[in-house]
Amino acid sequence: MSDDYIYAVARIRARELTLLSRQDIDQLMACRSYEECLRQLKDKGWDDSGSGEAMLSHEEEKTWAFLRELTEDPVLFRVLFAPTEYNNLKAAIKSVVTGQEPVDVFLPGGEIPPETLLRCVRESDFSALPPAMAEAADTAYKALLQEQDGQRCDVILDRACLGDILAAAKESKNETLIGYAELLAATTDIKIAVRACRTEKTKAFLEEALAPCGTLDVSALADAACRGQEELFAFLESTPYGEAAEHLRASNSAFEKWCDDRIMALIREQKTNPFTVGPLLAYALARRSEIGVVRIILSGKLNQLPDEMIRERLRDMYV
Amino acid sequence: MNDLSTLLESVSFNWDSLGIVFALLGAVLVALMGGIGSAIGVGMTGQAAAGVVTEDPGKFGKVLVLQLLPGTQGIYGLLIGFVTLTQIGILGGSAEISLAKGLLYLAGCLPMAIVGMISAKWQARASVSSIALVAKKPDQFGKAMIFPAMVETYAVLALLISILSITSIGGMNI
Repeated sequence: MSDDYIYAVARIRARELTLLSRQDIDQLMACRSYEECLRQLKDKGWDDSGSGEAMLSHEEEKTWAFLRELTEDPVLFRVLFAPTEYNNLKAAIKSVVTGQEPVDVFLPGGEIPPETLLRCVRESDFSALPPAMAEAADTAYKALLQEQDGQRCDVILDRACLGDILAAAKESKNETLIGYAELLAATTDIKIAVRACRTEKTKAFLEEALAPCGTLDVSALADAACRGQEELFAFLESTPYGEAAEHLRASNSAFEKWCDDRIMALIREQKTNPFTVGPLLAYALARRSEIGVVRIILSGKLNQLPDEMIRERLRDMYV
Repeated sequence: MNDLSTLLESVSFNWDSLGIVFALLGAVLVALMGGIGSAIGVGMTGQAAAGVVTEDPGKFGKVLVLQLLPGTQGIYGLLIGFVTLTQIGILGGSAEISLAKGLLYLAGCLPMAIVGMISAKWQARASVSSIALVAKKPDQFGKAMIFPAMVETYAVLALLISILSITSIGGMNI
């Protein structure tokens, strides 16, 4: 029920005051060094854990802990954590099949512990995982084990991940979750199609890789990608993702930035919504994006990149 | 024939005795529906207020005012219920009123009962939004108060009609 989130949304509203604004980002950009950036972030209340990376992961953990305090809605966490969990599953399958000890390959934040994933893969028993994930894990594991095809393993899990997110969002019946899942699936499909087109992949590969979504005809997308890049861009122009073609023509990073900015525009509508799970998703994504922006600035400052180069990679801010 | 008319006379019902029943039903409904609406409303705004105070206890005073706004419908319901009970003689005096008057009291209570319940819930939604506004912009508290207060207008109008009706019915010769 939408009224179940009144308390949570009120806390989110109060917490949004601590999000970094465009002015804060400009101040960070104006810092002369990496150390000055860290000091500036500390002044803004970010945890001072010594290194920049430790600070960012601590902030990320704080966000998930805060959200877990606000709600136990499994659908929200499924939508947010599916990419992390599928990434960890990929790492678990690859480490088991190659016989290497997994070191620093698992991402934090997922609902399913990496140890569980590793155990499932080692025992070839995926029954401890959610059904859709278990099925994909079994297929991907066999693909890697029998065909030694790492790319196919990735493709199967990536598609299952998007399918999982779409199904969870649909189950929630919440417009924001559905809109986010659709946008994520469509932009990911476009990325895959462009990459496959450039590397001249077959239609069969594309059909296996593209996740069906409501706003994009993936079969037509696969056909267009097989015909060539210009045909693909022309097809995209006839879809709700017409702007994607323009950004893809510019560069991949321009397209990535456009994808992130589209998501930001979608979640920004939640700033005026006092009910439903939408503002919780918006806050989580805003924090994720904020941490991403800070990571870009910190690594730019650390590597002494020109400000212009850093700026062109910065995303829109939520506040 | 004589037996039948005797039987009918023995079972004939004094419809006027139902007057007090309908009048009391009106008083009960107005207190009940206003109270339910306000309880739901204050509950919703209370959740939002608690959320803001969890993050910033300094905003307690401001959000408390916004929380209480949907509580007025319950008070209006109590007021109309109390006036009705006084008018129909349940709280002292004679409780004998005609069926027509009883129905009129019921009708007089309905505006406050129905508008009270519905407006409390919608006022609560406006208050929850205003609490979110105060959470982000505490200096806009005055403006934030106005939005839910606009909903109050219609509860006050219903209160006015109910109170005018109930205080006028007693003087009617029916």
